[in-house]
Amino acid sequence: MDSPKLKDLASGSDFGFRNKLRALVVDDNSVIRLYMVSLLKDVDVETDEAEDGKAAVTHFLEGKTYDIILMDKDMPQMNGIQATRILREMGVKAKIVGVTAHSTDEEKREFLEAGIDDFLVKPITSPQLIELLKDVGTE
Amino acid sequence: MLGLGAARLEADMNRLMALLFHQFIWKEKMEKLAHPSTRWLMWDSAQGVLDEQFMQLQQLQDESSPNFVSEVISIYFRESEKLLKNVRSLLSALHLIRTFVANWRVMFLSHRADRECTDYRKIGIHLNQLMGSSSSVGAKRVRTVCLAFRAASEHRSWSGCLRSLEVLEHEYCYLKTKLHELFQMEQQRVMAAGARHHPLLS
Repeated sequence: MDSPKLKDLASGSDFGFRNKLRALVVDDNSVIRLYMVSLLKDVDVETDEAEDGKAAVTHFLEGKTYDIILMDKDMPQMNGIQATRILREMGVKAKIVGVTAHSTDEEKREFLEAGIDDFLVKPITSPQLIELLKDVGTE
Repeated sequence: MLGLGAARLEADMNRLMALLFHQFIWKEKMEKLAHPSTRWLMWDSAQGVLDEQFMQLQQLQDESSPNFVSEVISIYFRESEKLLKNVRSLLSALHLIRTFVANWRVMFLSHRADRECTDYRKIGIHLNQLMGSSSSVGAKRVRTVCLAFRAASEHRSWSGCLRSLEVLEHEYCYLKTKLHELFQMEQQRVMAAGARHHPLLS
């Protein structure tokens, strides 16, 4: 039996996205970025991408806004923890979800203290994404 | 077994070999004929090369992005090969340092320690990248080998890293071969479906 497509689940009235959501995917790995961007576009979320924390901060300095940021932890130039701290200091209120392939408890704590709202392990699955977007859509 | 003649034993062996060969061929045929998603489940349970994350990729492929899976896999191959090449270079460099410093022990010990630390850390970073992308495409066995490799690099075991790299390269090549076969089969299936629905043939 095939799993339901993400867009079929998201198009139901239970989700009720009032406006089109905007997401920013921040990851230095191009395969992961492509996968997450496709996952988000599949459920009709407008998506931008950034290859590291510095590029993510630049998006905001250019005046862009997002409802949700999927932030990788380990990146060159500026990692996810540094980028999250800077974004919160800039007053960014978007939901920031830390995403990582592996982390010690100490690293998770550091990421949470930097200002992320949630924490997920890669790869993100369709059900996890739906839950995240439901929370954002109803806020 | 006692008292059975050699000829009878040989005959039994030949029958067993024929049965195993038949089962192997049947399995190969079933894998080719089964529905794609079923085929992958069968393959996964038999060989564990891919996991259900690959099916997630397949579900993202539709009319608006008909080549999504092959695009993702192409990028995965390209990036993985760069990472493997970098890891191999770092291990070669570590081997040179060990050989060189063995001859100039006292003078370069501290330099060696710093350099080794940096190189093992870089290996760890490359492996994290490969693990992340392998997880995203469902390359379960490659990811598992990366985990063991990372443990060897954290322990700064050069011989452990070298062994892990050999296993990793073997698993990666195997995965690449199997995925190429899959894409070729899918292409043939699509072409055959197109031919069946050709107006001249219907």
